[in-house]
Amino acid sequence: MPVFNQSRSRIIRAIFLASFIVLIAQLFHLQVVSREYKRQADINAIFAKKIYPSRGIIFDRKNKAILNNILMYDLMVTPSEVKAIDTNYFCQLMEIDTAEFRKRIRVAIVKNKAFRPSVFEELLTPQKYARMEENMWRFNNGFFLQPRPVRLYPFNAAAHILGYINEVDTSIINRSNGFYESGDYAGRTGLEQYYEKVLRGQKGTELWIKDNFNRLVGHYQNGIFDTTAVAGRNLRTYIDVELQQLAEKLLTNKVGAIVAIEPKTGGILAMASAPDYNPNDLTGSSKQKNYSKMLLDVSTPLYNRAIKGQYPAGSTYKPLGALIGLDEGVITPESGYPCHGAYLECTRPVKCLEKWAGHAADLRLAVAHSCNAFFSSTIRKTIDNPKYHNPRIGLTRWKEYCNAFGYGHKLGVDIPNENGGNIPDTTAYDKEYRGQWNSCTMTGGGLGIGQDKMLVTPLQIANAICIVANKGYYYLPHFVRAIDDENEEDTSLVNKFRKKHDVLTHISDIAYETVISGMQDVTEIGTARGITKIPGINVCAKTGTAQNKRVLDKKVVELKDHSLFVCFAPREDPKIAISVIIENGGYGATWAGPMAYLLIEKYLTDSLRADRQKEADRIAAADLMPSYLTREQYKADSTRAYEWFKMTKDSSYIDKYTYEKVEVPFIPEKKSPAPPKKKSDIQYMVIIDDKSSRKKNHSVPS
Amino acid sequence: MNEKNPTISKGVDWSLAWIYLILVTVGITAIFAVTYKEGDPIVQSFLGFKTDYSKQFYFFIASAIIGVFILLTDSKFFTATANIWYAFGIFLLLLVFPFHSSVKGTESIIRFGGFQFQPAEFCKICVCLALAKYLSRSDTEFGTTRSQLIAAAIVLFPAVLTLMQSETGLALVYFSFFIVMYREGLPSTILVVGFSLAALVVATLLVEKNTLALILTAIALLFIFFSWRVIRRKRYILFNVILVWLICVGVQRFGVPFAFKHVLKLYQVERIYSTVGKEIPAEYVAAHRKETTQKAKKTDTDYNVKQSKIAIGSGGLTGKGLLKSTQTRYGFVPEQRTDFIFDTIGEGFGFIGSVLLLGIYLLLLFRIVTIAERQRSVFSRCYAYGVASVFFFHLVINVGMAIGLAPVIGIPLPFISYGGTSLLTFSILLFILIRLDADRQMVLR
Repeated sequence: MPVFNQSRSRIIRAIFLASFIVLIAQLFHLQVVSREYKRQADINAIFAKKIYPSRGIIFDRKNKAILNNILMYDLMVTPSEVKAIDTNYFCQLMEIDTAEFRKRIRVAIVKNKAFRPSVFEELLTPQKYARMEENMWRFNNGFFLQPRPVRLYPFNAAAHILGYINEVDTSIINRSNGFYESGDYAGRTGLEQYYEKVLRGQKGTELWIKDNFNRLVGHYQNGIFDTTAVAGRNLRTYIDVELQQLAEKLLTNKVGAIVAIEPKTGGILAMASAPDYNPNDLTGSSKQKNYSKMLLDVSTPLYNRAIKGQYPAGSTYKPLGALIGLDEGVITPESGYPCHGAYLECTRPVKCLEKWAGHAADLRLAVAHSCNAFFSSTIRKTIDNPKYHNPRIGLTRWKEYCNAFGYGHKLGVDIPNENGGNIPDTTAYDKEYRGQWNSCTMTGGGLGIGQDKMLVTPLQIANAICIVANKGYYYLPHFVRAIDDENEEDTSLVNKFRKKHDVLTHISDIAYETVISGMQDVTEIGTARGITKIPGINVCAKTGTAQNKRVLDKKVVELKDHSLFVCFAPREDPKIAISVIIENGGYGATWAGPMAYLLIEKYLTDSLRADRQKEADRIAAADLMPSYLTREQYKADSTRAYEWFKMTKDSSYIDKYTYEKVEVPFIPEKKSPAPPKKKSDIQYMVIIDDKSSRKKNHSVPS
Repeated sequence: MNEKNPTISKGVDWSLAWIYLILVTVGITAIFAVTYKEGDPIVQSFLGFKTDYSKQFYFFIASAIIGVFILLTDSKFFTATANIWYAFGIFLLLLVFPFHSSVKGTESIIRFGGFQFQPAEFCKICVCLALAKYLSRSDTEFGTTRSQLIAAAIVLFPAVLTLMQSETGLALVYFSFFIVMYREGLPSTILVVGFSLAALVVATLLVEKNTLALILTAIALLFIFFSWRVIRRKRYILFNVILVWLICVGVQRFGVPFAFKHVLKLYQVERIYSTVGKEIPAEYVAAHRKETTQKAKKTDTDYNVKQSKIAIGSGGLTGKGLLKSTQTRYGFVPEQRTDFIFDTIGEGFGFIGSVLLLGIYLLLLFRIVTIAERQRSVFSRCYAYGVASVFFFHLVINVGMAIGLAPVIGIPLPFISYGGTSLLTFSILLFILIRLDADRQMVLR
């Protein structure tokens, strides 16, 4: 019988063969055709470990490091390896309780799996680090300290300039074309942000093989695909860190800003904004706490007033107004104005602080004594220039001049978030007056004396005075002088700062000399003559005092004047140009002027005389913080407490405001110190130049 | 050895011996590739009996020694004792019930001393011998239904026992003996019907119920339409067609769902669905409410197959090299040394290596079939076909599950998978065949 079935052996072989062909076909599909499995395998088994480069360092003009990197330590835990440790002692060292300990371990397991190390506490304080370091041998099962480079600011200065670094958020990651990954740090403001690409360096990657529990078991292919980290490059800046420290010291307990620029290069020597903060507060273990505290502070210490604060230019505009008038040919150096205390040619009079005859006998005197009538008349002539027969063209021409001086647009300084200020044009007036306006409209509002719709930032004021000092040219104000190992991309980043802008060199030398002489007269016979001189240095300056109002508790309150001062020195070879604004500081020559003088002396002579040192201490000790801030803070805190109560029914915060009935006194009195801060809060301001010098000026013969 | 005992080598089919050696070497190398950690001293760990490859090496030596003993025995011994072996095998299988120790969820392992022993593996030899013995009996008329049923019972009894020990995979192996019966004259219709049923079950898994019923009905109607003339003359054809249609729809509508709901366990259903790459219908999960604690297993099975495919697929055309694999060396594929050992070959040596290995296996199978056909004795031929069938089934299912073509029913790859019992079993199966073949010139048995 079996013989009959011999043919079946062939069928059986065929079945064997067919099955194998099916298997081989599937193998061919998996291994040769499909690329998907190869990719999946790499995702599975290769872990790209990031190697962080050290960030570039920023140096000042004398090559002192304004910021530096130090190592801080994260305490890491690998939950699966934690065994047989003295938890009580551990908690005692870490100042936590055992419940918190367990919670953190649980969080670590949930977030990162028990087999991989997670952060138990990041950036240990030096005390905790010292304790843990000493006792690490007890906790070697599962715990270790991981070094992490952190920024350090040895001078405790220049917080607003430098900015800070923080973990990247999703929008930064999305914009970076895959450069950043979650957990990376990037500059978030200031130079750290603007020069992020220079400072950050090149991240390195090490490819590691991981196993099914995500444990790293070794280098992939002995590291031939690894890339090494390239350290970030250093920045050399124009900043004079000692000058910066002095500027910040002078602004202690004040609201305002100081900008000092080297006119010949546009290099910013110092830029301070108050209130400010210690940059070291935003590194290290308590950075989050400090940051939230600053966010809730109504005096906004994180706000850089030097580039963002928009103020009326006030009398500091007058040298520019004079130059525009001279270049347009509507006035001459010999032009005067018969001012007797006011400009009365328009329906709204513009008051002048000087009443005595001859204080505006010629341009130089008008600048020295800051005659409002003279400059109101000048801007009217500029707008009604007979050359153009049309105030619209006149106003447009005037705006072009202002823009050339750097007003009305962002300058493009190398720190982000600058504001552009405002220079009004015909559309602004058309809108407000429905096309029915003439040169009197803005003159009456005070455009001729830097008011009306004109708003400028302290940086713009300083830059404009650089143009005056340079007699027509300027470089964009900037901090960075050079980048170490500069490459093409860096060059394109900083090239705009190396370009000379000959914006107003066509104005005649005579015009510049006249205005500069007038500015020198300000310090000798004019509004700023009361400030102690620096021997051997001719300072050219212009004071400014700005009346301001503010809505407080639904009432418009007139607050103490802003104190403005702008100057450059020495006259013969300008090396420094400074603008100072102290909100609610009173007269220009009271606070802002002396501050600028101290800075000039410090910068040009590299030190302060002993009595000047005392003067600096006196100014630093003065508390000019507006009293309304206390009231505003109280309102903000109690409102927040109420919102919190509404949301959570947790009354612990609101109780303080409900039951204790804390009365925060606020006396809305004009002379009490108090300032506005934000653009929206500034209603409008009237500029009245130095009242203090009024009586004294009577004794000066005209 | 040849000189001392010339009778051993006489008539031995050396090609089988060489293939055996090659496969065992490949197996030990593959296990080495999976378990070797950089820095281990190779020679020491090979001799140390601590690592898996070392153990497998010793298992191989033990198998070789037993193989030599088998070659020394008289081939008549196996014919004579076949039924006793069968009884012994069944006895061992029964012994498992009171004495089994639970290892990794199976209930099929007996432990004595430090060794584990799996009777279900060993019993394959016994069944192979017993089936050969029964089919070769001079008074067996395999044409009769009665003897066919007896042969099926010989095969299926241990299969049922194995199934009761939750070893589905090993139980299914016994079905491969139907190839032997086919060779010995089992009507082809049974094979055709078997294949058709299998196709129907697979179709049930893949196609939506009502659609499939419609398709079946349409096929039946078309058949009736085109053979209407014949049917008019022979009415019984119509009844047959309707009967087949009823059975098909019955299996599809009620048979398969019944089996999935009440016969198979949830994890088995999951594995089957995971193989065809579909989600389990909710009704089957609902039917297994009580077992929902096993829910986690679903992802497990999916994970295994997915990782296994990734490992093999990432090998590419030429592979990554023996110790350079990432997937198989770092534990992504579970059961790496045993059921999924083929992944190591696939990832390490790529498509070329895999095809080469399959080629060696195919050579082995064809060689065994050739040997089978040259036997004068029916016993030897049946035994040889039995060996070929068992190897074939293990191979196709094991490689099939590694590349996602077969459900995951843990059965080892012959000679290559790690495991003492399985290596011994396959070695003994092969050595007995070599012994029988060596005596093929002797009188008919």
